[in-house]
Amino acid sequence: MADIAEIEGLIRTALPGSEVSVEDMAGGDHLYAHVRAPQFTGLPLIEQHRLVNGAVDHLLGPGRPIHALKIKTEATQ
Amino acid sequence: MIITEDEIRQEVLNSIAQNRVMLFMKGTPEMPRCGFSMQTVACLKDTGAEFAAMDILPDPRIRQLLSEHSGWPTIPQLFVDGQLVGGCDIVTELHETGQLKELVNAAA
Repeated sequence: MADIAEIEGLIRTALPGSEVSVEDMAGGDHLYAHVRAPQFTGLPLIEQHRLVNGAVDHLLGPGRPIHALKIKTEATQ
Repeated sequence: MIITEDEIRQEVLNSIAQNRVMLFMKGTPEMPRCGFSMQTVACLKDTGAEFAAMDILPDPRIRQLLSEHSGWPTIPQLFVDGQLVGGCDIVTELHETGQLKELVNAAA
């Protein structure tokens, strides 16, 4: 079971100035993160997703609180 | 026949280098073995572009060595011109915006 507020906080800390909303899609461990951040500007989607994944890397994967993290990113000014 | 880790790594790297559009997936394009791989194949087929695919399921070392190379943990993984484009979410988003077609059909 993942702590949604903790995950939102980790992403916000990794991407200062971002707007982050995380929701549970199923079972408390399949999460959806919507992240709007200025750091995404000019980056390919893969690098945008790496920035988000990197913030919660230690919580992600088999046997950890987040089983799957679906990510939607948007670049802001 | 014993296949070494080095041989698998070489096969993975060669397939990325030799195929402009290279998909690592679970199962085959004709018979995907996972919903995410199936959806990614459907997006690619819709672009009309030719692509090569490798099934990662026959040997767990394929996935391990692929992820070491790409720094990306999940399957599928789509490479274009040797660069990791993304997995199912990213490919789907690029498909919806029309960018996937541009990407796979662009001259190398």
